[in-house]
Amino acid sequence: MNSNTYILTFVTILTITVAVVLGGLREVTKEKAAQNEDIFNKRAILSSIETKLGDDVKVKKLTDEEVLELFSPANMDQVVLDMEGNILDGMMAQNIDMAVERKKEESERKLPLYIYKGGAEKVYILSVRGNGLWDEIWGNIALEGDLSTIAGAAFDHKGETPGLGAEIKDNPRFSLSFRGKKIYNEGELVGINVRKGGAKDPVHEVDGISGATVTGDGVSEMLERGLKYYAPYLSQLRQGGTSMLLK
Amino acid sequence: MAETAVKAPVKEKEPLFGKKERILLSDPLLDNNPITVQVLGVCSALAVTSLVVPSLVMAVAVVFVTGFSSLFTSMLRNYIPKAVRMIVQLVIIATLVTIVELALKYFNYPIYKNLSVYIGLIITNCIVMGRLEAFAMANKPWRSFIDGIGNGVGYGFILVVVAFFREVFGKGSLFAGSGIEMFIIGPSADYWINTSENWWFGWYANNNIMVLPAAAMFIIGIFIWIQRARNPKLVDIS
Repeated sequence: MNSNTYILTFVTILTITVAVVLGGLREVTKEKAAQNEDIFNKRAILSSIETKLGDDVKVKKLTDEEVLELFSPANMDQVVLDMEGNILDGMMAQNIDMAVERKKEESERKLPLYIYKGGAEKVYILSVRGNGLWDEIWGNIALEGDLSTIAGAAFDHKGETPGLGAEIKDNPRFSLSFRGKKIYNEGELVGINVRKGGAKDPVHEVDGISGATVTGDGVSEMLERGLKYYAPYLSQLRQGGTSMLLK
Repeated sequence: MAETAVKAPVKEKEPLFGKKERILLSDPLLDNNPITVQVLGVCSALAVTSLVVPSLVMAVAVVFVTGFSSLFTSMLRNYIPKAVRMIVQLVIIATLVTIVELALKYFNYPIYKNLSVYIGLIITNCIVMGRLEAFAMANKPWRSFIDGIGNGVGYGFILVVVAFFREVFGKGSLFAGSGIEMFIIGPSADYWINTSENWWFGWYANNNIMVLPAAAMFIIGIFIWIQRARNPKLVDIS
């Protein structure tokens, strides 16, 4: 048996060595890792406006530089809103973490808004977050200039069942089915309903995924509630025109 | 424990990569495969094998961890106090796993996201600690390193085989998420076999069970069945 002193010395030396090695490695990789994460998140946002980026542009195939270029101030406005629809000065949408915002009181949340100006018409990208069957789900919804028609949508999830709930991300047909739907019905924001068994209303509903009813309901609920957060801003924007944005 | 440990070599001079080393490397591939024979590391084999590319990354990560944890443990084996040897082994494994995680974040963030918790869970993969206890604590560094690599490769081999079947029959694609993604069979013109037009395959649809972890259990089961039918020596082992 070894003496206690030996054991303590051995363990201390081991711990210090490991700490120095890992700390050093982390320092070295930190910057690139943060940048990778940033680009990963930006790709997720871009995939909701894939059709607006030009013909045959696939977000997957864009290089990192192209992604950053699309997010440059010339192509993309980044705005942060409060729950009353006011633009908060000096804040960038990319610094808003929806997972953190969701834990705050509803009245204190901040909303990220991206406005893509690279195309013929402005596209407004709203972020929503809600609950699926097992864990959180989230998505980005792009609205056309009329602020009601969906230009594109992209969803992601933390732990939905592969092949069932996870189809909201994996099956491109699901997110494509949102294209052209309208979130407003006669002046009232209704969101988009994911209907089990197939959409009945061709304007405000999409087909559910068979076997993923709870995830589908989660998407409907997330869209209705999440988009309503943006309603004050959207109605201001409709009345005031685009001057609001250029503040 | 160290019962299964191979006796330290008696001879003074041995080739760097001789017959014994070859056996150390090839044995875990089939006859002593960690998953199908020792039944270790099954959890992650079920969880990460729905696509081939993440499985390959996972396999490389595990080979790295088993190889180098065996090497370092073996180098320290005469200094590690017996009272805390498992803690020391865990620290070594955890360090290597953290390095893998940092490297993935640095080089390929989407795959890091895809594998999520399973990279961290390599720490709990029984293969790693099993080899440290059974082999590395009683053998010289070089042979321990080879043994670790061999076991990692044996694990990765099963992972990729399972993922191959799950991806082809579950999603109709192969190597999805990489530069050489292939679309094998599916209901649109993007696929090699277009089930919506090809009369012979009009009945075919992707099998949703293959996407679920349970399918991996079936595939591993079939693999074990074939393996033991061909090699009756294995039947009584476990």
